[in-house]
Amino acid sequence: MTRHYSAISLLKEGLNGQQGWRPAWRSPEPKKRYDVVIIGGGGQGLATAYYLAKTHGLRNVAVIERGWLGGGNTGRNTTAIRSNYYYPESTALYDLSLKLYEGLAKELNYNIMLSQRGMMQVISSPGEMEMAARQVNAMQVNGIEVELFDRGEVQRRVPIFNFAPDARYPVYGAIFQPRAGVARHDAVAWGYARAADRLGVDIIQQCDVQEFLIEGGRCVGVQTSKGEIRADRVGMAVAGSSGALAAKAGFRLPITSYTLQACVSEPVKPIFDTVLLSPMTGTYVSQSDKGEMVIGGGLDRVPSYGQRGNLPQLETVLSGLLEMFPIFRQLRLLRQWGGTVDVTPDSSPIFSESPVPGLFVNGGWGTGGFKAIPAGGTLFAHMLATGSHHEISRPFDLARFRSGHMIDEAAGAGIAH
Amino acid sequence: MQLFTCPFCGPRGESEFHFGGDAGNIRPEGDVSAEVWTDYLYFKNNSRGAARQIWMHLACREVFLMERDTVTHEVISSEALVQEQQA
Repeated sequence: MTRHYSAISLLKEGLNGQQGWRPAWRSPEPKKRYDVVIIGGGGQGLATAYYLAKTHGLRNVAVIERGWLGGGNTGRNTTAIRSNYYYPESTALYDLSLKLYEGLAKELNYNIMLSQRGMMQVISSPGEMEMAARQVNAMQVNGIEVELFDRGEVQRRVPIFNFAPDARYPVYGAIFQPRAGVARHDAVAWGYARAADRLGVDIIQQCDVQEFLIEGGRCVGVQTSKGEIRADRVGMAVAGSSGALAAKAGFRLPITSYTLQACVSEPVKPIFDTVLLSPMTGTYVSQSDKGEMVIGGGLDRVPSYGQRGNLPQLETVLSGLLEMFPIFRQLRLLRQWGGTVDVTPDSSPIFSESPVPGLFVNGGWGTGGFKAIPAGGTLFAHMLATGSHHEISRPFDLARFRSGHMIDEAAGAGIAH
Repeated sequence: MQLFTCPFCGPRGESEFHFGGDAGNIRPEGDVSAEVWTDYLYFKNNSRGAARQIWMHLACREVFLMERDTVTHEVISSEALVQEQQA
């Protein structure tokens, strides 16, 4: 049976009629007891399980997932990866993630199709340009390689942008992070799932958490649709449903759930070789390897768990896109969808022990959890293995809301949520 | 487009409305602990399913209470916080 993915195994299996491939992961029945149970089989949960097994040697671990792996926000985002944040705390988190992404395909023996094509944040007014210079300064001080482009450089790199004198969104310049890019989102989830499974982690799908087992004020496991599962520590990595799951454990979070929409066009020939964000319109766009234009934008304005979008925000995003790229008016949309994201007051994530001891929270990722999967998994695994913070996750504790030490990226880096 | 019902203006498109938080989140009075104050400022019910929420109709500037389902997007009821004859 072939487990390792390589050119040689591809050749060997090709000659054997592809009969010898092992399933990428098992589908075991849950055991009665684990050292750690992770709720949520998205990128964050699966990465956490992988690092628990690999870094901390904890192999008696289960990931339980209500639906299917990567079916939540991991499979619904627009796959951008970047670390161009304003505050040092955020830079430490997101750049750890980017560095791990850079070696991930090799580490997991799974092609995540990372493409570091750079990300360009276009600037549409002189005032914004001054703020951009300040942001670039801050990012460089934080040790992130990032450049401030003038209009000419943007024109050279993205000739299809609307540079007409009467353009609704004129270009003054751009912030460019060369190491940013995109990756195949499903592959990140599947790669971590396969690697975790090989280290002995049980991945249990179609398993719904009905309630938490709380004894003496401490979380000692979960009651699921597949029976009771006990654990020394329970972690939830269910961004999008954090509020609803926290309610089952009897506490509240500083999170509001909103819909974030995305869409893709029909595939076309290569025309656009970077990731572009316009803070003015909130529009995100990149071209997938298949040739589709992948389009994202700001949040819908109505709190929702519905995982489906609504027209007003889509209209804002698409009208912005067409103003910036008049050539895209010829494109037809192929698919449009929505995911439910956790929005926190300071647009920064939460790593924390919950008010119920033994139950830990990884959430609050807003619109940006995908880029943080490797770091989120590393830091949450540290928390679940040791019961305490890694230095990088400490500033993201729930305590910041009481002490006032917010990491306000909405104000700092102009994050759109 | 979701239609929300302003108790004063009737059904209007969602883009005319602004979300104002959980109904019943009353500002704590007096000398309260940091925990109580933090809970009031930042922590949310964020219910999945039926939710009681405060909304503002931006066109008429009236604030009202709307009960809606956050999964199905059904509007269950909307009522004025202050009755019109008192306003």
